Amino acid sequence: MEKTISSRENFLKGFIRENPVFSLLLGLCPTLGVTSTAINGLGMGLATTFVLLMSNTVIALVKNLIPDKVRIPSFIVIIASFVTIVDLVMAGFLPALHAQLGLFIPLIVVNCIVLGRAEAFASRNTVASSAVDGLGMGLGFAFALTILGTVREVIGSLSIFGWKFMEGDGLLVFVLAPGAFIALGFLIAIVNWYKRMQDKAAIENKKEVAA
Amino acid sequence: MKKKESSFINMFLTLAVVTLVASASLGFVFDLTKGPIAKAQLEKQKAAISDVLPGFDNNPIDEAVSFAVANSSQADSLLFYPVKKENELLGYAVKTVSAKGYSGEIWLMVGINQQGEVKNIAVLDHKETPGLGSKISTEKFKNQFEGITSSSSDIKVKKDGGEIDAISGATISSRAVCEAVEKALVTWKENAN
Repeated sequence: MEKTISSRENFLKGFIRENPVFSLLLGLCPTLGVTSTAINGLGMGLATTFVLLMSNTVIALVKNLIPDKVRIPSFIVIIASFVTIVDLVMAGFLPALHAQLGLFIPLIVVNCIVLGRAEAFASRNTVASSAVDGLGMGLGFAFALTILGTVREVIGSLSIFGWKFMEGDGLLVFVLAPGAFIALGFLIAIVNWYKRMQDKAAIENKKEVAA
Repeated sequence: MKKKESSFINMFLTLAVVTLVASASLGFVFDLTKGPIAKAQLEKQKAAISDVLPGFDNNPIDEAVSFAVANSSQADSLLFYPVKKENELLGYAVKTVSAKGYSGEIWLMVGINQQGEVKNIAVLDHKETPGLGSKISTEKFKNQFEGITSSSSDIKVKKDGGEIDAISGATISSRAVCEAVEKALVTWKENAN
């Protein structure tokens, strides 16, 4: 990366500007698959955050020891190891959470955000900024999954974080796969609109300063 | 530090070291979590047994007996956990399974009292769709099985002419639960009675 950015910016970019789901459109398989409820989205997001933080840190540490041509297989082995560790530790010490999320944990390995950050960021930045990047991106992912899960749960099951606020079944389609696409489409549109508004405001600010 | 060159020997050594370190750390974590995982499984079964037939004072897991499933084509057997209070048999918690889930097996614990009635059921393990098939573990669905006996003719969802309200959007999962409960009851009738 040419331009240096503050670690605050580095951390915050994962939430809107470079949000893995809403802006980079990465890792959509788990995004669409697990977000039928808010709790699932949050749990998956936090598990991914842990893996991202660990894999980014380790990869930044060993980046100079790994020859370019074998970097991808090495990264994948490192990522898969952390995912398996999360899976085992969760099964042993947090069985209740594991019962909810166990189905999705192995999916983190194939989540392209993790490999994407390893490749695009951790393999060419310092350990500290890679850790911040991993944490920010992971939390941004968790944020996106929680919002999407909440929207789908509210419309599809008439409940929020498992608490039923209304009797009845809701719009079943939102719990199923098509609802994931519909809800995600609307959310991406909202984020794009927000980013455009921000850009406009930034340009006008500049004009004012110039004038 | 300079980046390592992509020569054959370098690549070979790197991959060997990476995989070695990865497998060593995984082995270590596996060993570390083996005990807690087994304990968590056991706790889960115990909790399920006391869910379906509460108020026992023996250790049903130690006294489990296995019975062959009646009229099954495969060599299939279910585990029966005798549930006792002050040495008097209250009934059996039966660990049963259906392979007809939407995605994989559904494992249930079915509590059957001495009159051959289902007291309650608990879902031990499943891989059904979250938000749809996963609703088989809700009270609303499970309570429908209370009081069903082995002589009840139709342990089926309403769509198939039975008495059970299927979960909307998850008829396959509901059917599988019915099948597993029926299997437990039939096996109970053949053996425990």
